[in-house]
Amino acid sequence: MVTNSEKNARAAKTAKNRFADMLFRNLTRAMATLTLLLLVGIIVSLTIGAWPSIKAFGWGFFASSEWNPPADRFGGLGPMYGTLITAFIAVAIALPISFGIALFLTELSPAWLRRPLGIAIELLAGIPSIVYGMWGLLVFSPVFASTVQPWLAKTLGQVPLIGKLFAGPPIGIGILAAGIILAIMIIPFITSVMRDVFELTPAMLKESCYGLGGTTWEVVWNVVLPYTRVGVIGGTMLGLGRALGETMAVTFIIGNTSVLDSFSLFMPGNSIASALANEFAEATSPLYTSALIELGLVLFFITFVVLSFSKLLLFSLEKKAGTTS
Amino acid sequence: MNLVQRRKLINVIALGYSLAAIAFGLVWLIWILVMVFEKGVGAMTLNLFTEMTPPPGDVGGGLKNAIAGSALMVSLAMLIGTPVAVLAGIYLAEYGRRTTLGKVTRFLNDILLSAPSIVIGLFVYAIYVARVGEFSGMAGAVALALLVLPVVIRTTEDMLVLVPNTLREAAYALGAPQWKVIVMITLRAAKTGIVTGALLALARISGETAPLLFTALNNQFWSLDLGKPMSNLPMVIFQFAMSPYENWQELAWAGVFLITLGVLLLNIVARVLFRKSATQ
Repeated sequence: MVTNSEKNARAAKTAKNRFADMLFRNLTRAMATLTLLLLVGIIVSLTIGAWPSIKAFGWGFFASSEWNPPADRFGGLGPMYGTLITAFIAVAIALPISFGIALFLTELSPAWLRRPLGIAIELLAGIPSIVYGMWGLLVFSPVFASTVQPWLAKTLGQVPLIGKLFAGPPIGIGILAAGIILAIMIIPFITSVMRDVFELTPAMLKESCYGLGGTTWEVVWNVVLPYTRVGVIGGTMLGLGRALGETMAVTFIIGNTSVLDSFSLFMPGNSIASALANEFAEATSPLYTSALIELGLVLFFITFVVLSFSKLLLFSLEKKAGTTS
Repeated sequence: MNLVQRRKLINVIALGYSLAAIAFGLVWLIWILVMVFEKGVGAMTLNLFTEMTPPPGDVGGGLKNAIAGSALMVSLAMLIGTPVAVLAGIYLAEYGRRTTLGKVTRFLNDILLSAPSIVIGLFVYAIYVARVGEFSGMAGAVALALLVLPVVIRTTEDMLVLVPNTLREAAYALGAPQWKVIVMITLRAAKTGIVTGALLALARISGETAPLLFTALNNQFWSLDLGKPMSNLPMVIFQFAMSPYENWQELAWAGVFLITLGVLLLNIVARVLFRKSATQ
């Protein structure tokens, strides 16, 4: 027999639990929404901050490389060019290397070596960028200036047309050096995505190719790569996104000058991130600050597009692997 | 050369290339680590922890104020960021797995995970520093907390999704309300994984420099006042490494050594923890 008071107590408890449930659900939902708002907030606040500069320079901001704080005239072409070219160099170097490493980790490596090597590569991803930067400036750049740069000038520098890219004094720091440091930094990111997507290839497909007498290379080139093409591109875009926004490693070694008068990769330059890192805290006039914020907004926009693209590609591959296996 | 020989040759070249690639990747890792340890161990003295950062031209000195400032800001960032991120992760895994809000948040969170950290710094500058009118340790902690969010949200969600549904159903069958099931059953089952995520976030923010550039700035003196600019290891390393003074550079190497060691240790602990929880 359930007494009335027991019934009431039970009803009260249920009501309390229901209330707690609602409270907890809404609390977690609020926190998830907060993350969304963070992204919206970044875009809105940066746009507001950049507004004076957007109004003052309009589209000319993207066409002018004049960076003249005393005269309050700013054009973002220099840093934008630096950002794109260093990221491009980084991906051009990192992509083939990462592919080689992923190939080794998935197809060649003896099983006992696979884990430690994978961990080593991932540790490379965990090292803070300031360590790369300092190492790049104090250790890498002297070696680079005394060996690699003279060699490049003597070989590629003599080729007509692209020779211009390798002209000038070998000073160790500059666009090329920054691109190389970035490449080292993004190799682990691209590698780990590539390894993961290579492993998504159904074993049956690979075995079919081996069964027909294919060599390891033929299996990778004709089966694994076509199957995972989307994922490989997605991983590369992820690396590109990282390279575009990387700050400290680049700031140490790119040379930090907004003068854009030579196409030589040996010359010092500037990227959006390094310009922000060097100049923002010291920017004196409001328009100067605003122009820097506009650069930040441009950077955020570019990385946002690149990373979204990467995410969508990787997602579509995962879906495909999910349905076929 | 017949076809078979040619195919075999191509195969050998490709595999040789792959070996060369992994060697190339490891060379950098070893080169960087060896340099950091060599220079860092040389600069390790007790003074690092007992003396302040030296003014230009002075001899000796340590990193006491920078270490304290970094520790304070990083712990504060973890305290702010982790609870928010765990709750958001719970929403994504338990409530919002198929809702639009869940899907959109998950997607944008993955983008925030790789978004340039310097932009986060700019954001905090725009909404906090510019309003208050002063660089401050609090702003630095907030910027770091925003970097904790995506990492912990991602791992929390991943770990909660791994918890078998039978466990949830068993708890429901006993009449437990949903919040109790989540807090006392699923969250507990996923505890190790979530701690792993927090450790990875800690590893990430302890070396972050870019978001501190225009939030916490730097401070040459001893200060734990969150309303004032605060000294921190990454900024001191940045400033000292670029300087011509020998003792400054030595201190920068010592700082880099401390950070690298800490980050590597955190990564390894997180990995061991994760492995343990995965084999359970």
